[in-house]
Amino acid sequence: MLSQASAAHTPAELPSWPEPGLTRIPYWLFQDARVYAAEQRRLFQGPQWSFLCLAAELPNVGDYCTTAVGDASVVVTRDADGELYAFENRCAHRGALIALEARGNAKDFSCVYHAWTYDRQGNLIGVAFKDGIKGKGGMPASFCMADHGPRKLRVAELCGLVFGSFSDTVPPLEEYLGEAIVPRIERVLAGRKPVVLGRYTQALPNNWKLYMENVKDSYHASILHLFFTTFELNRLSQRGGIIVDPSGGHHVSFSAIDAQAEKDAEYAKQNIRSESGYRLADPSLLQGFKEFADDITLQILSVFPTFVLQQIQNAIAVRQIVPRGIERTDLNWTLIGFADDTPEQRLARLKQANLVGPAGYVSMEDGCVGGFVQRGIAGAGEERAVVEMGGSGADSSESRVTEASVRGFWKAYRAGMGL
Amino acid sequence: MGEEIASLIGQVQAAYARAIDNGDLAAWPDFFEEQCTYKITTADNHSQGLEAGVVFANSRAMLLDRITSLREANVYERHTYRHLLGQPWIQSQEAGRVRSETSFLVVRIMRDGTTDIYATGRYLDLYSLQGAKPKLVERIVVCDSSRFDTLLALPL
Repeated sequence: MLSQASAAHTPAELPSWPEPGLTRIPYWLFQDARVYAAEQRRLFQGPQWSFLCLAAELPNVGDYCTTAVGDASVVVTRDADGELYAFENRCAHRGALIALEARGNAKDFSCVYHAWTYDRQGNLIGVAFKDGIKGKGGMPASFCMADHGPRKLRVAELCGLVFGSFSDTVPPLEEYLGEAIVPRIERVLAGRKPVVLGRYTQALPNNWKLYMENVKDSYHASILHLFFTTFELNRLSQRGGIIVDPSGGHHVSFSAIDAQAEKDAEYAKQNIRSESGYRLADPSLLQGFKEFADDITLQILSVFPTFVLQQIQNAIAVRQIVPRGIERTDLNWTLIGFADDTPEQRLARLKQANLVGPAGYVSMEDGCVGGFVQRGIAGAGEERAVVEMGGSGADSSESRVTEASVRGFWKAYRAGMGL
Repeated sequence: MGEEIASLIGQVQAAYARAIDNGDLAAWPDFFEEQCTYKITTADNHSQGLEAGVVFANSRAMLLDRITSLREANVYERHTYRHLLGQPWIQSQEAGRVRSETSFLVVRIMRDGTTDIYATGRYLDLYSLQGAKPKLVERIVVCDSSRFDTLLALPL
């Protein structure tokens, strides 16, 4: 334990990156307890923004939810001033959880252990028996409540997405996201009133970074996911592309249906498991409605380190990735509709929700493929992944036959970790 | 009459579980009416009135598509289920329809032999008694937990 804790402070104790560049990824990154500990401090509690919740989940004064930033449990609240606040879900006294429920409404928060009480902004406002009983016991006179409290997070909101950061030095959220990413979030969410349609958690048997690589990997999408390919939701030949922001950490992969395009012969040539002639008995599953001004039918957007905004036709969702150990990751899905959906539009969203999640026609495979890698590399910590499709850069591209956004992830990761 | 119904529903549910657990997935849609609802959701979503879950189908054809997709399209590690069903509680019976609730426990057996409790919960069912056998007009599978390990491929 001691070596893990100190590793978080001392870069020299981590193994060093094996060779320059972003095309070889050492497998010890997914296996090493020191790496995991360092990630908690340098990334999740470092100068990054992590997704906390949707503002729409906390509409009223006193509403709160508990969420996670890496290992840290975090409480998000709406106070009487209408603003959102976030603080560590850790009593300043002896460290117990302050809030136990996933969500609720509260005037204040009282730790069950010794009833230390916090206001909605995380300020300590009460200590049970602080002055003792009948002049005996109690805290020393020097004890000042203002000096004690759980760590507070900075909170920022964009289009109803609430992000938090433990860092005082992280740039403002919009600057952090940059001009390539912000309009792509606005495209899906700006000026709309989201409503939560459902939630679930997919427990992944792999390191969190293997899921983020998968999200950013446009190369695999039409190969592993036959459902997409056959129904022409996501052919590599469709009009589309990849946007990688200058930091590398955020990306957008998008595609637009081109009804005039000829069926692509490339797949047949490659003998890839994708030409099956598979047809739906009930094609209403994919009969969506025109929701956006452009023709983009798929937009997967990720924010470093652990957030995804998804638009697959009319299936809109946010995904929060929470590391739960070196080889365990929680993928928290929140499916979204909008307040002005007609009943027909809502039904279309429910049907298209079949595309995603643990039973998703197109995302089922993503649940297991990270585990295949985790198990595949178990005895090969010194070996390396090859991430060279599309070259060695981490730049935006009109082709999606590239691993540029995967390299972008590693670019931001190396910068954030000092590796 | 009540006991007869319970026994009838119990039998058809045993056949349903048997079909899935023994790998006869092609038979699974036949337990449903052509116009039907099948949904897998969580107790949290259900109690909060949230409509979306993990699986949603509003026709038997969509259930057929599930099975075809599992066979032809989706990639997942081979595994089987073992369903243990509680006794059906008959909630109401009128006009040839029966509402019932049945608890389930599903164990998942992976190809390497790993055997885990995969899901527990209850079936909220509406059966039609019009045909030779009771058929499902609606089955809401309410899982007790909101966590699904790795993926959910086979139906519950």
